[in-house]
Amino acid sequence: MTVALRGEGIVADLGGVRILDGVSVAVEPGAWVSIVGPNGAGKTTLIRVLSGALRPQAGRIEIGNDDVTKLRARERARRIALVPQTPVVPIGVTALDYVLLGRTPHLPFFGSESNDDLEIAHGTLGRLGVGDLAGRDVESCSGGERQRIFLARALAQQAPILLLDEPTTALDIGHQQEVLDLVDGLRAEHGIAVVSTMHDLTLAGLYADELVLLGGGRVVERGPASAVLTEDSLRRHFGARVSVLPGAHGPVVVPHRAPANGAGEAPPAHPIASG
Amino acid sequence: MRPAAVAPTVLRPGWVVGGFVAVAVAVVLGVTIGAVALPVRDVLGELLSHVPLVGGKSALSGPQAAIVTELRLPRVVLGLMVGGLLASAGACYQGVFRNPLVDPYLLGAAAGAGLTVTVVIVTASASTGSPALPVAAFAGALGAVGLSWFVGRASGRRSAASLLLAGIAITSFLTAIQTYLQQRNSDTIRQVYSWILGRLSTADWGDVFLVLPYFVVTVAVLVAHRRVLDVLAVGDEEASALGIPVARTRLVLVATASMATAAAVSVSGLIAFVGIIIPHAVRLGAGASYRIILPLSILYGAAFLALADLLARTALAPAEIPIGVVTAFVGAPFFILVLRTSAEART
Repeated sequence: MTVALRGEGIVADLGGVRILDGVSVAVEPGAWVSIVGPNGAGKTTLIRVLSGALRPQAGRIEIGNDDVTKLRARERARRIALVPQTPVVPIGVTALDYVLLGRTPHLPFFGSESNDDLEIAHGTLGRLGVGDLAGRDVESCSGGERQRIFLARALAQQAPILLLDEPTTALDIGHQQEVLDLVDGLRAEHGIAVVSTMHDLTLAGLYADELVLLGGGRVVERGPASAVLTEDSLRRHFGARVSVLPGAHGPVVVPHRAPANGAGEAPPAHPIASG
Repeated sequence: MRPAAVAPTVLRPGWVVGGFVAVAVAVVLGVTIGAVALPVRDVLGELLSHVPLVGGKSALSGPQAAIVTELRLPRVVLGLMVGGLLASAGACYQGVFRNPLVDPYLLGAAAGAGLTVTVVIVTASASTGSPALPVAAFAGALGAVGLSWFVGRASGRRSAASLLLAGIAITSFLTAIQTYLQQRNSDTIRQVYSWILGRLSTADWGDVFLVLPYFVVTVAVLVAHRRVLDVLAVGDEEASALGIPVARTRLVLVATASMATAAAVSVSGLIAFVGIIIPHAVRLGAGASYRIILPLSILYGAAFLALADLLARTALAPAEIPIGVVTAFVGAPFFILVLRTSAEART
């Protein structure tokens, strides 16, 4: 079985604190792996390590036979595109200029964009339904529009691997679906391998082929949504009171209110707090 | 079907033409106005007579011609180069540090040059025209930036922020030593002061040819990086994810901009404000992309400094005002005007 991106035994420290402690993850071309887990579990750190932005203390990240940490920035950017959680928007940049930044790994270091690059940028914006925003200041766009512009820059890199860190945070439920549908269509159409972090467990399960549940820097569960999203595992790893209902398209996670007058069970020990 | 395609942000030719016109105006005024009144037509004739293939006969007498070609012209040309160097170095620093408020002296270039020049003046009783001063200033400026780089790296984090903090620390440290030396040797305080406030008054063709190679090389390197600076605007991690080797690129850019600053400082002293207001005014007026800011900063910075120098030597003639005083005195209100107009244009 071919693998687009594989991380093996990743150990990563931030400021002297161990964030990831032996995490392995692999994604095939055209597949979608979603990283879920409580706050502080190391989801964003894992994305940063996979993107090559953060050098792990131990472990390997491979694309094909190449070690990501040994690739030159330019070669890496041709193979992996990243949409960070909160991308930096330069002051006064238009959507078109912003998306053209995605062409950087395909240009000579001191070169500038050709007409082909311009076509690709316009085409990507158009396909994401924001073609008419090309001349707008990114700063003046709404949250949903921005998220598509961010995605357009990553797609303009034309990389076979797409890393998304919380692509739907700050979006309403309609825009969440829109963005995730777009990504889903792109991976089906172009065989792009997608690795994303997600907070919304129901949505994560809905779109991903595999969920990887991180807890305390380790993979505590992995597999299809139906296997990972169980009431038991969500209570243990998130300290959450939930019901998991069988939905038409996968498990639906429904939160509960705290029981009145403390009649219910004692709050479960939180794995992060204890470890 | 797509509607008429939106074009990417580019440098509009009108701004470039305007920049060259500004430079030409600065040159003509600079060589025409002065203690000895000379007719504009004759001065232009004299200049043209030196242009290959154009030639023509100059109407000026020998001494008059010498005033134009040996006194005024080198000073104007030096002013143009210093202005272009400081403004482009400032633009580059602002891009690398992603902060529109930094200037070319951020990493200690001014403090370092100030210290070495003070040391030379105090120990060798060198006067302000001494040929040792440019060398001392150049070495001091680069040495201080190198020290900041070294200290910034030694802090363990290789970020732009740690370099910036190191620059602030080195600047105050070197300034402290310089101030102490200056106070201890009050007999030379005038010379030190006159150097620090900036001057182009002893400019001759020797100074011009001394700076020219640095001007050509640093300006070429900085302009070549204009798109790279636009990519760096999204921050280290994203720029790296877009294929830019960030650490190496930052080193090249900081080294080049520091070289430009050191070259400018070595022949002109510490001229304030040009390196911050010119790139900023260009950004507000013409656009925020470094493809616009870098080339235009060179042109408008050059014109601005040459005109400021004209004011410095004519406003209170025969006395000269230090050019650093003029740039701040004229530059600050001009900058406030630019800020106001751009604020009005936006609302």
